[in-house]
Amino acid sequence: MKKILFDILGAAALLLVSVPLLAHHGAAALDTGKEITLKGTVTEWIWSNPHCFLKFDANDGGTVRNWAVETQSPTSMTPRGWSRTSFKAGDEVTVTIEPVKNGQPVGRILHVILPNGQKLIAANPTTPDSRPVAPVPVQ
Amino acid sequence: MRLHFIVFIIASATLLMPGRTHAQMKPWNNAGVGLSGLSEPPKGPSGPAPRRDLSGIWDAGPGGIQPTGYDVAALFTPRGEEMAKANKPGNGPRIADVSEDNDPLSTLGDPAGFPRILLYELRPFQIVQTANQVLMLYMFEKRWRVIWTDGRALPKDPDPRWYGYSVGRWEDDYTLVVQSFGLDDRTWLDNAGNPHSTSMRVEERYHRVDRETLELTVKLEDPLIYTKPWTPLNKLSIRLMPNDTDLMEMVPSASDALAYRKEIASQAKRK
Repeated sequence: MKKILFDILGAAALLLVSVPLLAHHGAAALDTGKEITLKGTVTEWIWSNPHCFLKFDANDGGTVRNWAVETQSPTSMTPRGWSRTSFKAGDEVTVTIEPVKNGQPVGRILHVILPNGQKLIAANPTTPDSRPVAPVPVQ
Repeated sequence: MRLHFIVFIIASATLLMPGRTHAQMKPWNNAGVGLSGLSEPPKGPSGPAPRRDLSGIWDAGPGGIQPTGYDVAALFTPRGEEMAKANKPGNGPRIADVSEDNDPLSTLGDPAGFPRILLYELRPFQIVQTANQVLMLYMFEKRWRVIWTDGRALPKDPDPRWYGYSVGRWEDDYTLVVQSFGLDDRTWLDNAGNPHSTSMRVEERYHRVDRETLELTVKLEDPLIYTKPWTPLNKLSIRLMPNDTDLMEMVPSASDALAYRKEIASQAKRK
């Protein structure tokens, strides 16, 4: 029940957030539309601008690799329930990401399930609707 | 009877200390309108604008954040085109691979500079007025600008500064017009890597529509880089936030930029 409540609150928070995603850079490096879910152990959580990023060890395809996956800035993540203390080294987490195209252990976090079952939502998956953000025309 | 008395004492004490209770509830680290919901515009009719007064904490909400920048290639002079080629932005029509991104703000921790502080991350900001200055205190970068309102003229051949030199005058009781010059050409205009020269002149118009609302229009003139003046912001609506709002820090530091480049950008190169 508690988990469902967290999910509902997380989804509601995301709906409230109307600031554009990827305020610093576009999604060109990402394999947008592809989602992978990894179970792993947190090695570091870096709460920084312009992006926060989570590092964790995960076994994907028989090899343990250290992943580095990003979110938006603390200013954008705080209202979604993320904080400097969301993770600590050793936490067992399940992380769903959009990976980069080149196969390196890098990507963008969509959501994370914490050891207590709480789901932290970072972003909506990139869709054909959300992919092209037209540059602001000259006025 | 004794229980009722205790409840009465507690209730009375609570009612007698509303300021203290309220003060304890005040939130810290407000991210702004549209993000936290903590500073949604007040409901109901706004009061009239005060005369010659822009002071307060202001927030343009999502409208102040422009990730893609401006599509102005059609306006480039040959020199503008040449300068633009050297800029490898992380977004906009000339988006580069994240591993090649050379945005001085996000990859080096350089200042956003002016007017990029208005054209990319116009997060909440506070305006403070003194007898001879208007001060702009920006949440993004935790940076400030001084706009002189004492009648002085802009310098003619200044040493460029990241935030330039600014003077302001009241066009009418509700409109402050600010002219800026002497802007360091290492800064980009926006997130699309659009360049400018040190000859650029920027005009900001702050029009206070009513007590709660400010409109910002920004016009650029840089004949070395753009064939005609253009208006990146046209009556951007900005709302007054409660005067006890504690703003977050949003400082893009050099060490954060370095860590990001090492851990993410360098590994994200496209095939």
